[in-house]
Amino acid sequence: MIRIEKLHKSYVNGNNRLHVLKGIDLNIESGELISIMGSSGSGKSTLLNVIGILDSYDSGDYYIDDTLIKNMSETKAAWYRNKMIGFVFQSFNLIAFKNAMENVALPLYYQGVSRKRRNIIAQEYLERMGLLEWAEHLPSELSGGQKQRVAIARAMISKPKIILADEPTGALDTQTSYEVMDIFQEVNKEGMTVIIVTHEKDISERTDRIIRLTDGIIDREYKPKKEAHYA
Amino acid sequence: MLDLDQWHEILSTIRKNKLRTFLTGFSVAWGIFMLVILLGSGNGLAKGIIYNFSDAKNSVWMGGGQTSTAYGGFNAGRRIELTNEDVTLVDKMFDDIDNLSGRYGIWGSLVSYKNNYGEFDVQAIHPGHQNTEAVKLINGRLLNNLDIKQYRKVAVIGKRVKDQIFKDEDPIGKYIIVRGIPFQVVGVFDDIHEGETERLYIPISLAQKTFISKNRIGSISFTTGDATVKEAEQMIEEIKTKMSRKYNFDPEDTRAMWSWNALENYQQMQALFKGINIFVLIIGIFTIIAGIMGVSNIMLIVVKERTKEMGIRKAIGARPSSIIWMILQESILITSIAGYLGLVLGVILLEVVAKAMPASDFFRNPGVNFNVAIGATVMIVIAGAVAGYIPAKKAANIQPVVALHDE
Repeated sequence: MIRIEKLHKSYVNGNNRLHVLKGIDLNIESGELISIMGSSGSGKSTLLNVIGILDSYDSGDYYIDDTLIKNMSETKAAWYRNKMIGFVFQSFNLIAFKNAMENVALPLYYQGVSRKRRNIIAQEYLERMGLLEWAEHLPSELSGGQKQRVAIARAMISKPKIILADEPTGALDTQTSYEVMDIFQEVNKEGMTVIIVTHEKDISERTDRIIRLTDGIIDREYKPKKEAHYA
Repeated sequence: MLDLDQWHEILSTIRKNKLRTFLTGFSVAWGIFMLVILLGSGNGLAKGIIYNFSDAKNSVWMGGGQTSTAYGGFNAGRRIELTNEDVTLVDKMFDDIDNLSGRYGIWGSLVSYKNNYGEFDVQAIHPGHQNTEAVKLINGRLLNNLDIKQYRKVAVIGKRVKDQIFKDEDPIGKYIIVRGIPFQVVGVFDDIHEGETERLYIPISLAQKTFISKNRIGSISFTTGDATVKEAEQMIEEIKTKMSRKYNFDPEDTRAMWSWNALENYQQMQALFKGINIFVLIIGIFTIIAGIMGVSNIMLIVVKERTKEMGIRKAIGARPSSIIWMILQESILITSIAGYLGLVLGVILLEVVAKAMPASDFFRNPGVNFNVAIGATVMIVIAGAVAGYIPAKKAANIQPVVALHDE
């Protein structure tokens, strides 16, 4: 599904050069539920952004389904973001002046689905998230957990193969975090590949595989001990 | 490019960002509004000025006055009265003058047709005077030399005279009574200066037989062909000198004979008019520039404000072209509607002013050249689109991750 080879990424800020990703090699199979962990500054969010084609990289190769994603035109990148990838952000990134339903439906707008049809589909997804009665509400009228569920519905509506979540529970309390994780697990069971960046151990322990990032390199890759979680 | 769905998306964005929409629209509407008012006022002024020049631009008018100095054995205060002889004299002096005519005004003459009465000015003239007055024939014919030779009792009447005493009846061939004498109407004329259609022209030869003493004329008028202002002035001076010898008055006496050189006044007015035009043009250009700057400024802010939104839209699969279109369509829609509103409001105000303010010799019928006003609106719309396009293109092509971090 996803194949990354010797990937390097630096940020240049004036004369300073910050080497963030220092040779990442990573394979992710279709249908996996993966978490990427690491302390802040370890490069985990940068890696996720590169996977989501929201950011570029300097050297190495990145393939989705054997297609090389490199120096892609913005128009082509837009197609991949729209069809292949669903992104969930820590700060939700909903459009403030659109109500929940319109936010969820927006990816379909860019696919040219008619307004009537995409609103019906958006309502179905909101119903799955238990938010149907909030469809007409603006993001400012929703709680953090509700906003994140709207954002997840938006990520899922175009039926992407990959769902990427950057600290999806970072702005939520523990109870809500677990509810959001339940949704991700459910989504994963439907066959979507889910990659979650987090620094919370209990979140990562609910995934199938944990990738630990330290200073821009993968220093450990392991399966969580299920016993530890239930202990 | 513009399907219904896209319009819905744009309209919903506009509806939810009312202040931004208002500010953009206001700066455009205000600019166009001011421009229309300015152009309209300039036009009104120009029309007022032109209204004062309803005669041939190269016409010269001269007449006898009253001497102000004692000269050649005569006391001051003597009236100088011109005669037919003087017209012949002037005719012999110059080769390049046309439409030479004597004129005698019989002011406030009672004119009637059937039971309709009116008091109008009757002017006894030679045919050339009609060209000097630049009358426009709308019906029948003008006076001609045969009318003079044969002392015909015919009259050419002004449009207002016709309207007042004939109403809707065709006046040609009908007889009117002027100061008790019947005249046959042979023509109806119009004039730029509507006040000058409240008069009748009759042959001067006949008038000298019936209404006034033989040979007397009040003034001489003629046109000077291609002569310059200086040449026309020279002619006037030569005539005055000649007359001063004939009638024994001081050639330096400015009050013994009066004169009016239309060309000189016309050129002065034209210079003034040109000045006003340049003034209006400069202010107009600056008004448009101010409008363009206003729109550009707001578009810059709009793009900056929406950078994060663009990042979100890109992250869920918006193509750069669709982002640019979104900004452009919004800008074009707002500026077009606002520009149109400004145009309509400006025109309405001009209409109200035109109705409320009586037309004067300085200001009348303020109207705006629609092509200019629409051109200015289109210019602002395009400028707004360009001003939006450059930052929108830039914003649409930055990495989504950068746009998303924009606060």
